[in-house]
Amino acid sequence: MAKRVALTGNEAVALAMKQINPDVVAAYPITPQTDIVQYFASFVADGQVSSQFVRVESEHSAMSATIGASAAGARAMTATSSQGLALMHEMLHIASSYRLPIVMPVVNRALSGPINIHCDHSDTMNARDTGWLHLYCEDVQEAYDNTFIAMRIAEHPDLLLPVMVCYDGFIISHSLENLIIEDDEVVRKFVGEYKPDRYLLDAANPYTVGPLALYDYFFEHKRQQAEAMFGAKRVVAEVSEAYARATGRGYGFLAPYRMDDAEVAIVVIGSTAGTARTAVDQLRRDGIKAGLVKIRVFRPAPVEEIVAALNPLKAVAVMDRADSFAGFGGPLFSEVRSWLYGRTGVPMANFIYGLGGRDVVVKDVLAVYEHLGKLAAGKAGPEIVHYLGVRE
Amino acid sequence: MNTAANGWRDLPRGAAILKAGNAREYQTGDWRTERPVWNPEKCIHCLFCWVYCPDATIIVKDGKMVGIDYEHCKGCGICAAECPKRVTAIEMIKESEAAAAAKQGQGGGC
Ligand code: SF4
Ligand code: SF4
Repeated sequence: MAKRVALTGNEAVALAMKQINPDVVAAYPITPQTDIVQYFASFVADGQVSSQFVRVESEHSAMSATIGASAAGARAMTATSSQGLALMHEMLHIASSYRLPIVMPVVNRALSGPINIHCDHSDTMNARDTGWLHLYCEDVQEAYDNTFIAMRIAEHPDLLLPVMVCYDGFIISHSLENLIIEDDEVVRKFVGEYKPDRYLLDAANPYTVGPLALYDYFFEHKRQQAEAMFGAKRVVAEVSEAYARATGRGYGFLAPYRMDDAEVAIVVIGSTAGTARTAVDQLRRDGIKAGLVKIRVFRPAPVEEIVAALNPLKAVAVMDRADSFAGFGGPLFSEVRSWLYGRTGVPMANFIYGLGGRDVVVKDVLAVYEHLGKLAAGKAGPEIVHYLGVRE
Repeated sequence: MNTAANGWRDLPRGAAILKAGNAREYQTGDWRTERPVWNPEKCIHCLFCWVYCPDATIIVKDGKMVGIDYEHCKGCGICAAECPKRVTAIEMIKESEAAAAAKQGQGGGC
């Protein structure tokens, strides 16, 4: 029977990894991911999993070893944060190019400098174009659930691509929350057995992984990779529905909140969605038609879903927990605006917030809605990109 | 560029090359600007050239050096440098001089 327990985000994700019992985990500890690796290493030491745990000297090696294991035919996982993800960067492209179904929890933490250990999304946004799927989680339950969903998405025979499960450092990773955990049999049955159609340890069928491809073939390989990612939409939807059938907990590409009759809305990723929901409820009590759209699946991009959710509105704000330094707003804003291009004329604003773990509270989100009120009434200034909660 | 090559839909997933041992088909010999020319009369079959050739293009049969695979030899000259000095059974010549060398019947093909 599924049961209700209290766990931190990292405990819940380590438990999910234990229940998955992957063949290989190669990981290097980094705050705030550390205790995932620590818990998992103790599961290995105590014989609670049959996984091979590979202790490596860096995250570059962690991803390399995970890639090697996956190419060899193993179900392989790792986990990281921030600088660790940055150090893996070139190997992230290798994993997706060779279509290796690796699952990696990423505990979001600001990239240095100055050095910082707290949450923002600069690390995973920096890995946006690596060809990985990106699932973002709002709370501990979602981090636990998305770990299983990610495994089955990654290994889907029509897909075979790596998946990041991203959740906010400390805010989710180290906060104790109530969640429902599933029986081993339920999640093992859901994830299923991994049977690769080809793998390097199959000595009877030797083949080459990682060849050279120059101007005569490289482009075709990248085009094929892009096509796989387009097809990921169907796989993500199908697997998420299967998880809902297995556990009763369903997740869409987006989680719209009070959007049915909304006139203004915020688009947000991660734990801030919870704070924003409280703000929405407060505004609704005052008769303001506020709504919220949380993005769960960032890659593949939920273009049609966003167009449907944000049309028709009077004003939209996108909240970015990362900056792109004189790009046009943060990465999420650039994307959402581009997804909506030609589909709606809704005025938009961008709020960059929470960098390096700067707390964002209900009052801050209310200020964003206040701006949306002005924007909807045509009374906002010309500024589109704003920094929220920074000292002037 | 190979214009008759496959489109992206026809390529194996993830840039894999499904046929093993295909490096043989990639003829790297035309990268060469100099070619090693082997003199069987002088050769003492010490096989130093076979050990040091980075391209596995020294052909050995029954423990004896029998020739050079020019379809794959890149002309690095290591074999010539490693061949014992008192023997000097391999000499590097310019590719432009190769036709003349071939006429003299030197340098085994494969
Ligand atoms: S020139 Fe270089 S590649 Fe050619 S046979 Fe000699 S060692 Fe091998
Ligand atoms: S190194 Fe020189 S002597 Fe020795 S086998 Fe090669 S060609 Fe013959």
